[in-house]
Order: sequence, then structure tokens, then C-alpha cells
Amino acid sequence: MNQAKDNKAAERYRAGVMKYADMGYWEPDYEPADTDILALFRITPQDGVDPIEAAAAVAGESSTATWTVVWTDRLTACERYRAKCYRVDPVPGSDSEHFAYIAYDLDLFEPGSIANLTASIIGNVFGFKPLKALRLEDMRIPVGYVKTFEGPPTGIVVERERLDKFGRPLLGATTKPKLGLSGKNYGRVVYEALLGGLDFTKDDENINSQPFMHWRDRFLCVMEAVNRAQAATGEVKGHYLNVTAATMEDMYERAEFAKELGSNIIMIDLVIGYTAIQSMASWSRKNDMILHLHRAGHGTYTRQKTHGISFRVISKWMRLAGVDHIHAGTVVGKLEGDPASVQGFYNVLRETKNEVDLSRGIFFEQDWASMNAVMPVASGGIHAGQMHQLLHYLGEDVVLQFGGGTIGHPMGIAAGATANRVALEAMVLARNEGKDIWNEGPDILKNAAKHCKPLEAALDTWGEITFDYTSTDTLDFVPTATPS
Amino acid sequence: MRITQGTFSFLPDLTREQIAAQVSYCLDKDWAVGIEYTDDPHPRNLYWEMYGNPMFDIKDAEGVMIEVDRAIAEHPNEYIKINAFDASHGWESIRLSFIVNRPKEEPGFRLQRTEFEGRKIRYTTHSYATDAPSGNRY
Repeated sequence: MNQAKDNKAAERYRAGVMKYADMGYWEPDYEPADTDILALFRITPQDGVDPIEAAAAVAGESSTATWTVVWTDRLTACERYRAKCYRVDPVPGSDSEHFAYIAYDLDLFEPGSIANLTASIIGNVFGFKPLKALRLEDMRIPVGYVKTFEGPPTGIVVERERLDKFGRPLLGATTKPKLGLSGKNYGRVVYEALLGGLDFTKDDENINSQPFMHWRDRFLCVMEAVNRAQAATGEVKGHYLNVTAATMEDMYERAEFAKELGSNIIMIDLVIGYTAIQSMASWSRKNDMILHLHRAGHGTYTRQKTHGISFRVISKWMRLAGVDHIHAGTVVGKLEGDPASVQGFYNVLRETKNEVDLSRGIFFEQDWASMNAVMPVASGGIHAGQMHQLLHYLGEDVVLQFGGGTIGHPMGIAAGATANRVALEAMVLARNEGKDIWNEGPDILKNAAKHCKPLEAALDTWGEITFDYTSTDTLDFVPTATPS
Repeated sequence: MRITQGTFSFLPDLTREQIAAQVSYCLDKDWAVGIEYTDDPHPRNLYWEMYGNPMFDIKDAEGVMIEVDRAIAEHPNEYIKINAFDASHGWESIRLSFIVNRPKEEPGFRLQRTEFEGRKIRYTTHSYATDAPSGNRY
């Protein structure tokens, strides 16, 4: 018996190349442990490559494998460290794509490090030649691993308590034009928008420190505007000061200056990288700062459904990494976003526990173990005339950002802000009264416009504007199927 | 000026009927409604005076509205707001908060600037009304 086992092991580790599926990366009988990290990949094998072998290769290349057998495996508890593909399903409606479910032992990952997690899961494997394309669709992070991350420094509830704003979406706008304004002119836009009724204004992702406006000048002018608006309205106001810069030292310097001037929120871009994001999350937690994340760059890898990473996975990573706000789609605006997928992202960011929901792209149950929730931000081509749709799709815990829809208002910036705020409050009031806002929305807005000229002008200007294009990142599922 | 704290400050002042409808919404969600008032409406004044505890055991809107009427009668020239508290796990805070009464005149706030090194300014928001002692402000 032992002799037979030894012979088998000797055979298994003989120098040479063997199939990944035979190396132990395909285990159809494996029952994932509660402590395993689970990943769902959409794989498109090269012509002639068996899907199971391709899926096993993904498991291998994202964990312990190399292209050939190595005897040094035998010095380790290698069965434990091998990722195990335990299920491969054809993608509904496709003859070339498959969903591969892969389980990873918790010991493969460093506690509290998105960089380490992603170096495995989206490391070498995405360039692996036997695959035409590979997409990470979803992940299940076990509670044991969730608890190694600090998560959002503020969270939705505490953000609302700090701002003293409850029961409605928050309102924001990005300063436009995004490039070219001097600090003084820039602060003017901020002041008018906050005075008119917005809660927040925002730097755009590419406003850092350029020849037309040095970052310190921007911070000084913006904080004058924020404080003027706060005194004029008696309401807490804020502006996301973008501290994105070339080095961590520069970012810390800018964040410290924002704090010194009394800002309640700072901003970073996704392009600074996962480690820098986690560093800024720690800094924000220490300094009672709300941390806003702009998802600049994500469209390069989230948009095409056969290759890259789904935004629902980025949402999970960013909740772990610890941001308070993240741009997550509008459904009705100018940027990519299938309604069901976007609702799935919002659920990932906001819910205490996600149940499996294939209709919204959620493949795994996910327990967030009371980790703070992230406030999604809806930004890009939205306007007051869509308020009922926005409230219907996105709910209450969201920042609605009307950039052009505020600054482009025919009566001026403050009027644009007022139009948005009145439309929002009227819609929330009506919803709470039990009105059917989906159908009666346009009438509710028209009625509210009777006591608000700026809203009337906004509806006249943009009432009919829609961005009705087909999404590229849509969901593939059979409505009756549930994962076993 | 008009202080725009609270969920519905950009709408015309709510009628008693409209307030009752919002209270009904809160009670249907199983939130406890509380009434608070103040003559210090600084945007970062976290603790307005409680007009009694949140009404955990009152389940009909009219019952709450009787208390709202009483609060307005007793503090006709102060800010009064309704807060709805949600005790459910993961929230355990306010869900809705809106002003139901305000002083006839709202003088607003002065912005105090203290300049220091560089071009930096430290800002203080100061309510004109709080120059007078509490009870004599509006």
C-alpha cells in the first residue's frame, strides 16, 4: 500500500511537463472551506484547448504552479497551497467561454494586503498563452480575511452623522472646466455650487498641480469657498480635495495641508495603486477624514466582458482597502453601466451581507462582518430631470453628482445647484408619502418647479436628454439557474 | 437667510399634513421618532435639546403629531426638527431628519477669519443669535 503510494508520488514528480488538471489543480469533488478565498473566472481557451485543462491552468498559475514539474514541491504541504478549480460551467449563450470556480487556501495570502491578494489572483495568469481571454468576475472573501482589513475609515453612517445629512442622497458636482481654471476662478465655481444647495463639490481626477493652478492655491481658494458657503447656509459643506500626486510623500503633504485648512474630505484616484490607497485610508482614519476615490482608469480593464476584471471585484477590493466613496455608475448617465450590474456593485459596497444574486452578477454569498459600507457615487451625464430614475435605481445612500447639470444651468451655477436640490427633496418627499415615483416622477418634478424657477429652467433645458446606448458589460445568466 | 439643514429645507415649509405623512413613513419602517429644538443652530451643534425621549412606543402618526404640536406651541420661535432613529444592526443612527419649525427671523452666521502664516486662514462660523443668552435669542 505504502509502496504503491510512494510509486505514485515518484511518478507524479518525475521531471517533465504534465497537464495542470493532473497536477492537482482540478478537483471536481472539492468542497470549498468556509475559510477559502473563492474566485470566479470567465475563461476563453484557445481553440483546441480543453476548458477543464484551461481552468486548472488558471488555478495553477494563480497559485503554486509553474510550467513544469518541480521536485521542490515535495518539501512543502503543496496539496494545501495548490488552488483548486472545483467547477467549470459553460457560459450561458456562448460556445467558447466557461465559468471556472477556483478555491484558494487562506494561507496563500498576507493579512490585510490588497497588493498581495491581487498579485496572485490577477498576476501572471492574465497573460497565460493557452487562454485567449480571461476575466475575473467575482470573489468571495472569507470573514477571516475580511477581518484583517480595516475597511472604510468613516463609513456611510458616520459620514452622515458628521455632515448632519440624513434621509436623502447627497448632492455633488465636479468643477468644470476640469482643466484650466485659476485657483481663484475655481473657488468661485465651488462657492456658487455649494451656496446654491449642493453638499459637496469635487476636483476632477486629473486636477493635481498644473501650470494653470498650483495645488496649494487650489486648496486655499476652495476652503475659502467651502467656509463661505457653510456660513451662508448654516449647513455642513465639503469639497473633495484631490491629493493624488507622484509620490506618497507628496500625497501626505497635500493631505496634511487639507487637514490644516479644515477640510472634511480628501480625494485620491484609483491609478495611484492599491498600496497607496491603503496608505491613504490609514492616514484618513487617523485624521478623521472622509476618503473619496475616483475610479480613474478602471474602464481599461472592467468594460469588456471577456477580458479583465469586473467592477464588482474592484468594489470588493476597495471596500477592503478602505475608501468611503467610490464612483460606481449611474445607470442613466453618459458612462457604461448595465442597470442590473450597477445595482450589484452598489449592493457589494453598501450591504452588510450579499446573498447570491445572479440577476445582478453576484455569484457568491459575501459576509462583510460589519465592515463599514462605502458610499457609491453616481457621476457622469446626469441631470435633475432624471431624479425619479436615479432614486429608483440607486436608492438613498449615494452621492449624485451633477457637474454639467449644475454648472451648465442657463441661470447660473447656484441656480443649477438649487434646481438639483429642490428636485431631489421633492422626489424624496413624494416617495416617502407613498407616491409611485417611477411613473409620476415627471409630474412631481413639474409640480416642484412651480415654486422653483431654476428647476423649471433645468427641466426645459435637459428634460429630454438621455444616453440610451447598449452596454458592453452585460450579465450572462439563465434566470432559473442557481449555483449549487 | 434660511438655514438649509435637514432633509426638506429647500421645499416650502411643510404643512401639518405633510409632516404627518413623513412621520407615518418613519413609523412604517419601525423607526422611533424624536423631537429636538434649539436656539443654537450652528451646523456642527450635534446636541439640540430633546423634547422628551424618542417615542419608541408610539405607533400612530397622530400620536406623534400631538407632541409636535405641543413642541411648536412651547417653542414657537426656535428651530424644531424631527429625527427618526433606526435601531437595526449596521445602522443604529438617524434615518431621516427634517425641520418642522423655525424662527420668524433667521439672522444667520458670521464667518470669522483668523489669518496665520503663509496665506492660511482658520475659519470659525459664528451664529449671530448666540451672542444673546439662551432663551433670548430669537
